[in-house]
Amino acid sequence: MISVTEEEVAIDPVDYAQAKINKSLSSKDKIGLLREMLRIRRFEQVSLKFYNQGVMGGFLHLYIGQEAVAVGTISLMGDNDHVITAYRDHGHALAVGMGMNECMAELLGKATGCSRGKGGSMHYFAPDKNYWGGHGIVGGQTPLGLGLAYALKYKGLKGCCFCYMGDGAVNQGAYHESLNIAALWKLPVVYVIENNKYSMGTTIDRSSAMRNCLAERADGYGIVWDIANGEDLYEVRAKAHNALERAHKHSLPTVLEIDTYRYYGHSVADANAKKYRSPDEIERYKAHHDPLRLWQKRLVDEGVMTVEEIEKLDESIKDEANAAAQFALDSEFPAPETIFEDVYWEVDNNTEAGSTGRHFFGD
Amino acid sequence: MPQITYRKAINDALAEEIIRDENVVIIGEEVARYNGAYKVTEGLWERFGDKRVVDAPISEAGFIGMGVGASMLGIRPVMELMFWSFAYVAWDQIINNAGQVRYMSGGLINCPIVIRGPANGGTNVGATHSHTPENFIANTPGLKVVCPATAYDAKGLMKAAIRDNDPVCVMENTLLYGETWEVPDEEYVIPLGVADIKREGTDISFIAHGRAVITALKAAEILAAEHGIQAEVLDLRSIRPLDEEAILKTVAKTHRVVLVDENKPFCGVSAQIAAMIQEQAFDDLDAPVQRVCSLDAPAIYSPALEKIQLPTPDRVVYKALQIL
Repeated sequence: MISVTEEEVAIDPVDYAQAKINKSLSSKDKIGLLREMLRIRRFEQVSLKFYNQGVMGGFLHLYIGQEAVAVGTISLMGDNDHVITAYRDHGHALAVGMGMNECMAELLGKATGCSRGKGGSMHYFAPDKNYWGGHGIVGGQTPLGLGLAYALKYKGLKGCCFCYMGDGAVNQGAYHESLNIAALWKLPVVYVIENNKYSMGTTIDRSSAMRNCLAERADGYGIVWDIANGEDLYEVRAKAHNALERAHKHSLPTVLEIDTYRYYGHSVADANAKKYRSPDEIERYKAHHDPLRLWQKRLVDEGVMTVEEIEKLDESIKDEANAAAQFALDSEFPAPETIFEDVYWEVDNNTEAGSTGRHFFGD
Repeated sequence: MPQITYRKAINDALAEEIIRDENVVIIGEEVARYNGAYKVTEGLWERFGDKRVVDAPISEAGFIGMGVGASMLGIRPVMELMFWSFAYVAWDQIINNAGQVRYMSGGLINCPIVIRGPANGGTNVGATHSHTPENFIANTPGLKVVCPATAYDAKGLMKAAIRDNDPVCVMENTLLYGETWEVPDEEYVIPLGVADIKREGTDISFIAHGRAVITALKAAEILAAEHGIQAEVLDLRSIRPLDEEAILKTVAKTHRVVLVDENKPFCGVSAQIAAMIQEQAFDDLDAPVQRVCSLDAPAIYSPALEKIQLPTPDRVVYKALQIL
């Protein structure tokens, strides 16, 4: 059982700062990692305001508290590495370099949104940045990630797919089917289980049978697995790098479970967010395990940044988030006729196939 | 013109497309070494090898979803479902992922995937193996679905489906696999969304898809021989996109319609066609639109009864005579 107590999480004999992949980081790189984590947090804090003001619809699944997972893993990506995730997708989207403007506008259902207002919070996409969503059904993205890895191998490209999922997704059949095929066909996919301890309101011990941890289930498929402390950016990078190398060099899958925590509910609409866990638990994580605080402390200790410099960076990112909010508010809603766009490629591209026969019905 | 089976016609289409496009890959249960559960892919693995013809484990959600993901990166997977009835365990992958990802990404992604396999009753394999889900697929904007009734159509539509840049579901029929039709040696492609008149007639129109077309043709022969009535048989071939013009044209010509459909009647394909005809061709009609569908219960095992559960030529003739 993975511990969630402060004492046990804190014990780690290895200093992952010394890992080769981390020693090669320049000061600029390290500041860049902080910037990405701050961008996620400040973006989401503004989005929460929107949600509470009732200017956006649907669900809002906040990533706050988990930032080091997306930023640490995605910071390792090369040209042929790809990302796919579930509905708690803002962190990964910003980490691959999506702009706050198109992400914020998508929340408000505006035409300038990354998905033209058709996807919403759970469905961000940026294929030009190797980012394949943003998927709403728990575990539904796990075979898709497998397919991205299959395509890379088919084309003879040295790449991998980071396929993210929550701890609640590990009991879905599609995930197990994917593990079987990943192992059978030696596909370069890394399943990153972001273990934030709760599948919606159900604790791990009430939802998932296991021996010691969720990743260990990979043993049954002969897949190498590992577990990382998600509050430590260095550790996330070091362990994810091992997985990436396994995919690149040997075309083999990995299951990497990353221990993390979300400060907010399953979604903002989660009325019981402070009932199925104690407020003390949330406060303990915020005080002692916050990945941003810990990374900031690292940077100060290493002499990379001063506290003042960090504050200045943070202010500039708050400005970026507020400007994105204004951009989203100022943007237009999509025109009604766009309802019928983006359904069929052939129709959108005015091809012969797209203009043969009737594609849409009802009037 | 050579006579070949429906099965061979599909096999030829797959082989030609594998040769034409290096990104075409056949994936499914028993498609490679076993030569296909229904021998549709016979010989392809031997000819094209492990990379192009791939045996998948019995894991429809896993491999169909994998195909969808691969298609997002430009691979053109042709996934075989041993039966379309097995699609239900992969439903999330087909409906939510293949069907919706283009829309939800605001058009940034497309999925050039083909999902094919038999979708029919009539083989005494019970309700779980006898589904005809073309209406469910057609009810999902983002997906396309075709139901070829002949070897000629199966080959031409399969090639169009593989070249299409959207997800296309091809629903075949195990009862037709062994039947033969004339198929030219020269290459041809049949566009999706084009219906075909399989028999010219002036007195009444039978509109059908898949094997129901064959049933309708038999009924038309009975009507001609026993009643001197000339029925026109329109084969929809493609359900979505749909050749609405061809439907309206035959209605305007004969003024009487029997829809023949192996779907169940409630919200089946023919229900949509009937709604469309009454809305757009009401003045052309001399009689109410009639339907002959599968009898509205789960597919029965008993061979004696399953024969009458599916549309039969006699039921089509009976319905036709009601409105003539």
